[in-house]
Amino acid sequence: MFAYGQAAGLRFALLIFFSLALMTIDHRLHYLDNVRSVISIIVYPIQYIVSFPSSATSWMGENLRSREDLLVDNEKLDTQNAFLQAQMQKYVSLEIENMRLRRLLDASEKLTDRVLTAELLAVDLDPFSHKVMINKGLRHDVHKGQPILDASGVYGQVVQVNPIVSSVMLLTDPGHALPVQVNRNGLRTIAGGTGSTSVLNLLHIPNNADIKQGDFLVTSGLGGVFPAGYPVAKVSVVEPDPSQPFAVVKAEPLANLESSREVLLVWKEKSGQEKALVNIEDGGK
Amino acid sequence: MAEKKKQGSNVIFLTLLAALFLTVLPLPEWLRPFRPEWATLVVIYWCLALPVRVNIGVAWVMGLTVDVLTGTLLGQHALAMAIVAFFTVRLHKQIRVYPLWQQSLSVFTLVALGQLLVVWIRGIAGDSPDSWLYWGPSLTSAIVWPVVFVFLRDIRRKFRVA
Repeated sequence: MFAYGQAAGLRFALLIFFSLALMTIDHRLHYLDNVRSVISIIVYPIQYIVSFPSSATSWMGENLRSREDLLVDNEKLDTQNAFLQAQMQKYVSLEIENMRLRRLLDASEKLTDRVLTAELLAVDLDPFSHKVMINKGLRHDVHKGQPILDASGVYGQVVQVNPIVSSVMLLTDPGHALPVQVNRNGLRTIAGGTGSTSVLNLLHIPNNADIKQGDFLVTSGLGGVFPAGYPVAKVSVVEPDPSQPFAVVKAEPLANLESSREVLLVWKEKSGQEKALVNIEDGGK
Repeated sequence: MAEKKKQGSNVIFLTLLAALFLTVLPLPEWLRPFRPEWATLVVIYWCLALPVRVNIGVAWVMGLTVDVLTGTLLGQHALAMAIVAFFTVRLHKQIRVYPLWQQSLSVFTLVALGQLLVVWIRGIAGDSPDSWLYWGPSLTSAIVWPVVFVFLRDIRRKFRVA
């Protein structure tokens, strides 16, 4: 009966064996997503309650603002909206022109994207990997590997989907790499996470490559995960090192990795623009 | 006897639950590496106080919950916590009678053992932390141990968990 008899020893050995089996299967085979989903539903109340104070304060902040504040905000947003609308008009015509040219060239067509906003849950995960939880999951059609953006750039990708929440790996996680290209000249490279939220390493750039401080990096779409053309980072350091095969190039992510509370989930789809193009062509006939 | 044995299961459950809350409670960025391993501390306490009821089995389940809660490899905290509980139960008669500061030293060793196992597993899985701050929790766990111990002991006495 007492905890360290022979039975306890056997139980201990069994538990160790079971843990090792679990880890191996989880790491190598990914059969355990269902187990994780089930347990994650059980622990969801913990995550919800822990993040409640922060969501409650932000709710109160939104609901207890003075009229003047709201008016000022409203005016600001109106101006911004008008500005963005004006830019958008140009963008739509350019996009359609781009589609038409691509069709002439028989090139593959650019995909349009469906988006959904998600909120970060204020829970702390492992401090040595850059992951966050968002409040959207299987229920909202989220899938593994799905790209996540925030208002200013690429944020990360979904690594685990549970029924109600999912966890997102930031692009600065040491285990994350993102195919990017320099917006100015199309030079392709890979942006690897460093573990610091303000630095990305650009890998395998030759010493004589045409890359400068201040260059914008956008997703190249080559990895097949991220759609092409989203802003990622700005080159901050270029140090050619003749004694090494590659230069040391660092970039600073554009997304507000430390302060964003809302992020965008992106689905790659082939709908809106094509329909628009078809409509316009039909109208032209 | 059987009646007496079951007394206070709810209390044990609630303290373990509280530890899970503290495990994911948001902290300022600079403080995050120094979060004590609350879950391990509470498991160690109950293993010392009631090794018959709380031992490797409970520790394993607790570890698995921590794995899901913090999104780590399924089973790594479970393994570490089961092994920590195993040694705690083995040594509980000695550790129980130590003065608090010596208990803190034992807790430091136990939590560091757990962290060592986790860092091995992470190394094998190819995601090892590259900073000495990784060991912060061992230190802070030892520092907060006297408080945790006195707090949980009072709770145990108040609710007559036996």
